[in-house]
Amino acid sequence: MDLQTLWFILITVLFTGFFFLEGFDYGVGILLPFMSKDDLERRTVINTIGPFWDANEVWLITAGGAMFAAFPEWYATLFSGFYVALLLMLAALIFRGVAFEFRSKHDNPAWRNFWDWSIFFGSAIPAVLWGVALSNFIRGVPIDESMNYAGGFFNLLNPYALLCGITSFFIFTLHGAVFLTLKTTGTLHAKAMGFAKIIWGPATLLSFLFMIYTSTETDLYQHLGINPGVIPVFSVLALLSVIFMLKKNASGWAFAMTGAAIAFSTITIFTGLYPRVLVSSLKPEWSLTIYNASSSSYTLGIMSIIALIFVPIVLIYQGWSYWIFRSRVTKDSELEY
Amino acid sequence: MDTLLLARLQFAITSVFHFFFVPLTLGLSLFIALLETAYVKTGDEKFKKLTKFWGNLFLINFAVGVVTGIVMEFQFGMNWSEYSRFVGDIFGVPLAIEALLAFFIESTFLGIWVFGWNKLPKTLHAACFWLVAIGSNLSALWILVANSFMQSPVGFKMAADGSRAEMTDFAALLFNPYVWKQFPHVLAGGVVTGGFLIIAISSWHLIRGTNERSAFEAAMKYGTIYAFIGTLLVTLAGHTQMQDLIKTQPMKVAAAEALWETENPASFSLFTVGNEKELKDVFAIRIPGMLSFLAYNSFEGEVKGIKDLQKEYEQQYGPGSYIPSIITAYWSFRFMVGAGTLMLLVSFLALIKVLKENYTFSPFLGALLFWSFLLPYIANSSGWILAEMGRQPWIVFGLLKTEAGVSPASVVSSGELLLSLVLFTLIYGILALADLFLLKKYAAAGIEAAE
Repeated sequence: MDLQTLWFILITVLFTGFFFLEGFDYGVGILLPFMSKDDLERRTVINTIGPFWDANEVWLITAGGAMFAAFPEWYATLFSGFYVALLLMLAALIFRGVAFEFRSKHDNPAWRNFWDWSIFFGSAIPAVLWGVALSNFIRGVPIDESMNYAGGFFNLLNPYALLCGITSFFIFTLHGAVFLTLKTTGTLHAKAMGFAKIIWGPATLLSFLFMIYTSTETDLYQHLGINPGVIPVFSVLALLSVIFMLKKNASGWAFAMTGAAIAFSTITIFTGLYPRVLVSSLKPEWSLTIYNASSSSYTLGIMSIIALIFVPIVLIYQGWSYWIFRSRVTKDSELEY
Repeated sequence: MDTLLLARLQFAITSVFHFFFVPLTLGLSLFIALLETAYVKTGDEKFKKLTKFWGNLFLINFAVGVVTGIVMEFQFGMNWSEYSRFVGDIFGVPLAIEALLAFFIESTFLGIWVFGWNKLPKTLHAACFWLVAIGSNLSALWILVANSFMQSPVGFKMAADGSRAEMTDFAALLFNPYVWKQFPHVLAGGVVTGGFLIIAISSWHLIRGTNERSAFEAAMKYGTIYAFIGTLLVTLAGHTQMQDLIKTQPMKVAAAEALWETENPASFSLFTVGNEKELKDVFAIRIPGMLSFLAYNSFEGEVKGIKDLQKEYEQQYGPGSYIPSIITAYWSFRFMVGAGTLMLLVSFLALIKVLKENYTFSPFLGALLFWSFLLPYIANSSGWILAEMGRQPWIVFGLLKTEAGVSPASVVSSGELLLSLVLFTLIYGILALADLFLLKKYAAAGIEAAE
C-alpha cells in the first residue's frame, strides 16, 4: 500500500470517528430545547456530553490538520471553494463551543435561552452542512484545471446534497436521542426514548432514499464494483434494526447500530471516492486525487510514523474518559455545566 | 475592495483576538497545576479552593481560545489557498501534529478534570490538570514550529517545477533556531499574563477585605513570584530573540528601530518621528551604541540600515519594495518593550511587598497592581504585530510574497471576504463582551462562589 492510500485511510478513520462521536453531541444539542423546559433538566441533558464534546470536536480539527499536511491541494481547494458553507459552519461551531461553557455560569433566563439556542443552531447547522459537503465530494463540484473551485455557494445546494444534508441531520439527531436514552433516567429517559422512536422512521426512510438517489446522481456504486455495494446495505440494515432494539429497551445495542450506520455511511462515501478526494464535475481528469493532491513522500512518511504511534494512544485515553463517566447523569449528579 | 487587504485584515483581527486568550491559557494552566499539586501534597483546603477559583476563570477564558483556534486552522485554506498549496507539505505537518499531540490531550483531560473531582483519586485528578497544562504549552510549541518556517524557512527544497516548498528534513524544521528563540518568549509571555491577572484579582480582593483572606494572600504571594520570574524570563528571551533576528530578519530589526542607514556602533531610538516615504528622520532621540549592545552584547558592531537592506534584497530577489510598514514595526516594538519595562517595575514593587508578607496596599498601589493586568495583553499583541508585520512583504520569508498567497479572487470574491470579515468581527465582539462579563462576575464573586 502506498503512503497516499494510508493517509486516505487515516483521514477516513478521522472523519468516521468524528461523525460517530460528535454525531451524538450534535444530536443532543439539537434535541436540547425540546427535551425539557425545566432548567435543571436542561442542565442534566447538557452534562451527559459535558466531559466529551470538546475532545470529540478535536477529531475534526485533527482531520482538518491531516488534510492540510497530507493533501494540501485538497485542503486548499475545499476550504477556499466551500467558502460560505464553511463560514456558516465556523459561526455555528464558535457559538456552540462557548455556549456549553457559558450558559450555566449566569442565572438569567434570557442569557440561558440565548445560549441554549446557540447550542441548537450550533449543532443543527453543522449536522446539515456535513451531509451537504460530503455528498458534493462524491457528486462532483466545478473544479477547473488549476484545481480551483469555479462555482458558488449555491452550486453546493443541489437537491441531492440537500437530501443528504437532511438525512445526516436526522441520523445525528437519532444518534443523539439514543445516546440520551443511555445516559439519562426517569422522565428524561422516557422523553429521549420517545424522540428516538419518532425520529427513527424519517431517518431510515431518508437514508434509503439517499442510497437510491446516489445510484443515479453519482458513480459511487459502479466505482465500488458492487451494486448496490455491501457496505451501504449494512448501513441501512443497521438503521432498520434500531427500532427493534429500542422496543426491547436495549439502548446500548441501539446506540451501537446508529453508530454503525454512521460509520458505514462515511466509509461508503470515502471508498466510493477513492482514489479521488474531490470529483470535478467539469472534467473527470480535473478531479483531485490522492496522488495529484498529496504532499511529498518524505512528509507522508514522517506523518505516518507519528500517526501510527499517537493515534492508538489517543484512542486509549479517550476510551478511558468514556469509562470514567459511564454512569447515567441525573438531576442529583454534580452538574458542572 | 482588494481581496488581499481584506484577507490580511481578517487574519490580523482573528489572530490578535485569538491571542488575547491563548497566553492566559498557557500561563494560568501551569499555575493551577502547581496549586492543585500543593493541595495534594499539603492537604490544605485553601489550595483546593484556589484551584477551583482560578480553574473557573481558566475555563471561561479557554472556551474562547478554543473556538477562535478553529477559525485560525480553517482560514489558511479559506483565505490563503495559494499559500496553503505552496507550504502545505511543510506547514501542515506541525498543525496536524498539534491537533494530534496537544489538542487531544488538552481537551480530553480537561473534560476529565472538570467533571472528575469526585470520581478520581486526588493525585490522578491533579495529574489530569498537569496534562492540560502540558498539552496547552505543547500546542504553542507546534504552532511556533509552523510560524517559524514562515519567519526563517529551513529543512526544505523547492519542488522541481517551483510550485511549492517540500520538506527535506523534519528535524531541521523542529530544531529551527528561530523556534527555540520564540518558544521561550511565548511561554514566558504566558506566565506573565497569568501572573499579572492573579496579582490584579488577588490584590483587589485583599483591598476589599474578602473573607478568604489567607487564600488570597497565598495567591498574591505566589502569583507575584510567578509574575516576577516570568517577566525576567520574557525579557531575557526577548533579548536573545532580538540577537537572532539581526541574523535572520535584519529588515525587521531595522524597521523596528527606524534605522535608515547602516551604523557601527548602532544607536537605539528612544523616540523617532520619521518620514517613511523619504526614509529619513523628522525628529529623533537616539542612544548611541545601544542597538549594537542589544544585538551583540557589545557597544560596537554593525547593524544594517533599511536603505542598504533594500538594495541587498533587490539584488537577491529582484525589483520591488522589501520594506515593511516602518511606523507599525517601530511602534509595536516600543509598546512591547515599554509594557515589559513597566511590568518589571510593577512586579518588583509587588515582590517587595509580598516578601515582607505585607498585604496592605495604598489606593495608588492597589490601582497600579490592578490595571497592570492589561500590560501583558499590550505586550503580547504588539509583539505578534511586530513579528508578522515586520516580515512583510513576505508571507514565507524569501520564498513567497504575501500577495501571492491569497486565495484567487475568482474563487473567494471580495464580497465573500467582506461578509466573513464583518461576520467574524461581530462574533468576536459578542464573545469578548460575554467573556469579560463572566470573567468579571467570577473574579469578583470570590472563592466561595467557585465551590
